[in-house]
Amino acid sequence: MRGLTFDIAHMLAGSLVLISFMQLYQDRLYALLNVFAIHAFVLTLSVAWQAYVQAAPHLYVTAMIALAFKAIIIPVALHRIIVRLGIHREIEKVVGVGTAMLIGMGLVALSMVVMLRVTEGADPLAREDLAFALSVVLLGLLMMVTRRNAVGQVVGFMSLENGLVLAATGAKGMPLVVEISVAFSILIAFIVIGIFLFRIRERFDTVDLQALDRFRGERR
Amino acid sequence: MSLDAVTAILLIPALAAALMAALPGYRATARFNVLAALATFLVALSLLFVRPQPGPYLHVDDLNNVFIVLTTFVGFTTSVFSASYIDHELEIGRLTPTFLRFYHAMYQVLMFAMNLALVANNIGVMWVAIELATLTTVLMVGIYRTHEALEAAWKYFILGSVGIALALFGTILIYMAALPTVGEGLDAMVWTTLIERAASFDPALLNLAFVFLLLGYGTKVGLAPLHAWLPDAHAEGPTPISAVLSGLLLNVALYALLRFKMLLAANPQALAPGPLMVTMGLISALFAAFMLYRRRDIKRMFAYSSIEHMGIITFAFGMGGPLANFAGLLHMTMHSLTKSAIFFAVGHIAQVKGTQRIADMGGLTETHPVLGWGLVLGVVAIAGLPPLGIFMSEFLVVTSTFARAPWLAILLVLAILIGLAGLFLRLNTIAFGEPRGPVAAAKASYVPMFAHLALVFVAGIYMPPHLVAWFQNVAKLLG
Repeated sequence: MRGLTFDIAHMLAGSLVLISFMQLYQDRLYALLNVFAIHAFVLTLSVAWQAYVQAAPHLYVTAMIALAFKAIIIPVALHRIIVRLGIHREIEKVVGVGTAMLIGMGLVALSMVVMLRVTEGADPLAREDLAFALSVVLLGLLMMVTRRNAVGQVVGFMSLENGLVLAATGAKGMPLVVEISVAFSILIAFIVIGIFLFRIRERFDTVDLQALDRFRGERR
Repeated sequence: MSLDAVTAILLIPALAAALMAALPGYRATARFNVLAALATFLVALSLLFVRPQPGPYLHVDDLNNVFIVLTTFVGFTTSVFSASYIDHELEIGRLTPTFLRFYHAMYQVLMFAMNLALVANNIGVMWVAIELATLTTVLMVGIYRTHEALEAAWKYFILGSVGIALALFGTILIYMAALPTVGEGLDAMVWTTLIERAASFDPALLNLAFVFLLLGYGTKVGLAPLHAWLPDAHAEGPTPISAVLSGLLLNVALYALLRFKMLLAANPQALAPGPLMVTMGLISALFAAFMLYRRRDIKRMFAYSSIEHMGIITFAFGMGGPLANFAGLLHMTMHSLTKSAIFFAVGHIAQVKGTQRIADMGGLTETHPVLGWGLVLGVVAIAGLPPLGIFMSEFLVVTSTFARAPWLAILLVLAILIGLAGLFLRLNTIAFGEPRGPVAAAKASYVPMFAHLALVFVAGIYMPPHLVAWFQNVAKLLG
């Protein structure tokens, strides 16, 4: 039974890394949102599995938050914002897909090397989870820096945060996980509301360099 | 939980925030804001005499007591400044009463979050509090809703979020490190337990955790490669928020970093956290000093000066040892007081001139003598000229470094001198020469500004022995 528990947790965490890679090469916003919803759904499964394995019922709350908020509400809300504000549906990238994937592979290798070496004494499940979680976090960061688009950046941040939730649930018996996931949800909700309320579409759509310069504040 | 002073400094701002969100009259709320901040400050003072027992969530020791008193004091004086500043913003219609209600409520939420981060005995709670403080300041930076303000708020938001996300990963790693010795559950996140058992933690995990925490909280401190959000956030938000950001929030993030530094220092096998902090601090100070020269926006200029000083403070704490820590603490206190005083002056100056562009203001000492000389005094203080407080703390940082690492001290002195010249170059345009821009009289409250400057002045000449003993004690605690 021990083997199966481990394998399932391992598979779910590995899938998260895989889906992070899938997010890297999307070039349409809608497609990106769909992939993110899958990411959040797999996270839900992973957290729920941890809740079952560790017999920690409060983690089911975190799983429910991930499912309701990140897999359903946020993607739907962002979808509607894209329609309402008429944001460009293509994602402008700073580097090409090939380069981004190569960098991503490098980051995953790095996090494996670092985490597995550092956590030799820890519980094997937590160890693997942390290594995968760091990969997801770094891939999320990569996504944020390679996207010019605000929605793209937000999705990058959310997948980064999924990595953190994975790490927090993998750390056995960690207190405050529910509170932290609530705090993160508030943060993300604020970002999404911010995009909508401030109608900052100009910032993300403009190709007019002069307008961008003005935003930098000091070239007046 | 019984009602003691620690709970009170959290409860007062929380209740005040709720009340101010509900009250309609903006003049009354501005006054109420001052009252609530004063009450918090008085309660915080009482912590000096009576200190409650540490619980699993909250605790007060010598270290955070310094920060609490400083935070609540500057929070109080800034609220006085804010009341007169906001009046003017209403008159010229930059803010509407609805936004003001929101602004005041957010101000108190920010005070709550900073106090919570300082008294938290639980590294998870501390993280949540710093996240809350980030959120509220983002909202306040964007409150004018101009393109520039939104851009600044967005940049702050994204960089700040990434910063706190990395800090959370570091926090999780600390928990993992504590797990084998302390056991599962709440205890493994309680700081007082962690520091007791730190010697038996896995050093490799601690090292990795500290790297994440340094990057994460370092972003919020505004250390060099991660500082990009800071000048924009300072320049585009309301000036009271610039004062609170520079004077307080940067300190709170630094406080979090110091706590983890102590944890690493308590483990003999772990990496020495000092050199990392020294490097980042020195780079920040040098970089910011050079950046002072090309500044055309007055608030942006002082934002870069804040980066420089946070760099110097981080440097001092990184050097470690009783003397350097003492100097770091003193410098942090002096910088908070001086920088917020400068922002008080700058806020009124920008209101009088109707712009933040340095080229459009001039001859302030002639047209607005009190404001102009106040700014001159503030810049003289921040540049580190004798006999003011910052001179003393910078002198201590430099001399304590000279004894141990002369090369580093030379670089540091270079940064301080370059920064000094840069500031005076601009001050010359602003304060002296031909008057430029509108010359209408300023409706300003000078009390907070001069109160801060007076304190800095007195500290440069005479430090009460009690204070010295207290700071020395904290410096020893910091290791």
